[in-house]
Amino acid sequence: MRRLTPYLLALPSWMWLAIFLVVPLAAMASVSLQTGNVIDGFVMTFSVSNYGDAIGGYSTQLVRSLLYGGCATVAMLLIGYPVAYWIAFRGGSRKSVYLFLLLLPFFVSFVLRTISWGFLLADDGILFGTLKSWGLLPAGFHVLATAFAVVAGLTYNWLPFMILPIYVALERVDPRVVEAAQDLYATRGAAFRKVVLPLSLPGVFAGVLMTFVPATADPINAQVLGGTGNTMIGNIIQTEYLVNNDYPTASALSFTLMAVLLVGIFVYARVLGTENVLEAAAR
Amino acid sequence: MNRLHTPALVRGMTQPRTRRDAFRLAGLSAAGLALAACGVQGQKAAPAKPDAVKDYWAKQKKNGKVVFANWPEYMPEDHGPLKKFQQETGISYEYKEVINENAEFFGKADPVLRAGQSLGYDIVVMTNGIQLQHMIELGYAVALDQTKMPNFQANAGAKYKERSYDPGNVHTMPFASGVTGIAYNTKYVKDELTSIDALFDAKYEGRVGMMADAQEIANFGMIALGIDPEKSTEDDWKKAGEKLKAQREAGLVRKYYDQNYIDAVSKGDVWLTMAWSGDVFQRQLAGEPVKFYVPEEGGTIWTDNMLIPKGAANPVDAMALMDFFYKPEIAAELDEYIQFVTPVPAVQQLLKEKAGTATGEDKQALLDMAESPLMFPTEADYAKLRNYTKLTTAQEQVFNPIFQSITQA
Repeated sequence: MRRLTPYLLALPSWMWLAIFLVVPLAAMASVSLQTGNVIDGFVMTFSVSNYGDAIGGYSTQLVRSLLYGGCATVAMLLIGYPVAYWIAFRGGSRKSVYLFLLLLPFFVSFVLRTISWGFLLADDGILFGTLKSWGLLPAGFHVLATAFAVVAGLTYNWLPFMILPIYVALERVDPRVVEAAQDLYATRGAAFRKVVLPLSLPGVFAGVLMTFVPATADPINAQVLGGTGNTMIGNIIQTEYLVNNDYPTASALSFTLMAVLLVGIFVYARVLGTENVLEAAAR
Repeated sequence: MNRLHTPALVRGMTQPRTRRDAFRLAGLSAAGLALAACGVQGQKAAPAKPDAVKDYWAKQKKNGKVVFANWPEYMPEDHGPLKKFQQETGISYEYKEVINENAEFFGKADPVLRAGQSLGYDIVVMTNGIQLQHMIELGYAVALDQTKMPNFQANAGAKYKERSYDPGNVHTMPFASGVTGIAYNTKYVKDELTSIDALFDAKYEGRVGMMADAQEIANFGMIALGIDPEKSTEDDWKKAGEKLKAQREAGLVRKYYDQNYIDAVSKGDVWLTMAWSGDVFQRQLAGEPVKFYVPEEGGTIWTDNMLIPKGAANPVDAMALMDFFYKPEIAAELDEYIQFVTPVPAVQQLLKEKAGTATGEDKQALLDMAESPLMFPTEADYAKLRNYTKLTTAQEQVFNPIFQSITQA
């Protein structure tokens, strides 16, 4: 009995995983191989060609999503790292206040925030309307309905998920090791490069994982902020499920996206894997 | 009609979920499981026997409450007509603005209804299109109690009693009709527009809004080519697809919009856009510089219909409310706000009478409404308006990709 206890204690989480992850995934895998339509129903035909058709039909959007997701992740890293660094090392006693301020906008619904950007960035809105009336921008200038707007929206919406893990990693860096580096005649730059940065890599690793995946799959930013050539794979999946009721294609696309992301993450983990991260920290 | 990202949707997303919603979500995932290994059962309904309909209604009783799911901006903000209903009948109402798009609504409702569960609504409103056809074909729309629609029989216009998509008013009752035409912002477009060609005019590069809905955009592509959508063939769809693709590739289109086109055109993000009549009139009333016209080549007319979804808890109360909207004074109060085409022709006279007693701006506004060909189209106006294409499920699988490859490139 005693030996079984840990397993029994873990049972709820296994059940949770089974019910909300494994079973739906199995159901979706099954649907992705069926054929039919919403009126006559769908039957299992093991048509692997669903995958070929889905990928062939929507490769543009798939590649575009990875590109947008990647750009947004890099942007988040470039913006997020200095913020996390500043809060961790210069935040002093007000650290928790800064972290709270960082999270404050996220008490508002995700969709609502994105739509608000639509209002702020309107061609003749508060910002651009004013700049245009001062003659600082040409009349035809616009940001909405461009790829830039979509990537910026993605960057904005997941920024905290990049900052927080990096902050946690930096927070754990003992200031004395930085002092030690400087005692050993490292310049401030060298101390950062050789000590702080390697120690924060696990945070960067986690941050990239937590932002790249949702940013790549997101349909909302492309829909609200994008224009005619900015459709992402999330939009296509949504259309296939809800508009065309083509469940097999939608499921096949979802699986493809998941597979692509998993492979991407695997490669990324091998390159900048947890072990390597620890090694880098130990060096 | 597509109505995504409207204030009502936002409200829906920001309000806390109730426990009933949680159950419904659970229902949706249970339905998802039903989709599993063995395939998904077809649900094509055999036509109900007349006795079955009678039996169904014989078993139902008045419960004193009704839940009405509708589109945003489709009811006066003070809920006037609904409050009067409550006073007269003692039936309390719950009004929810939860339908933003036919396709999406159907996409969400289908798994729930398929699993034999209730949507939690007693009345829903859907446009005559593919999804309404699906609702009826799949047996998701309760056959109405023909004995409980006295106001409809007495007051609805002939056109609204004989609708090709629901002969005999078996499953639906019309809520309002509207026209798809073109809206433009007079601050940016100084010319008086009359033609559909404006949407394809290089002058407005990057300033044209088109609708994302496959049927809506297909209709306008076909009308621009002189094709009547109702009589169109697969070849016509392809030609329209080419025309719309050229329009996109020339950089004319800024974006393919859902309901949010109306904000874009009144802010000036787009200068002209495909639009629904009543939306534009509501904005005009709010003082925004937008103008609406039906292209001389033609526009489309559609009808939003009320129906009782399968599994509704309060069908008797729902019948009472649906019929209540056909009282002329109620229809007038409703139409004065929504400004679409009412199925009750007597409203025109009532608005004129009200204008007679009103003064100043109100008087003018009421007179304008009563004389507007877009709220009270004459036979000649109707002749200019085209109907939606009727598609079978097989045709839909050809039709949708042609136009979605343009709107979702």
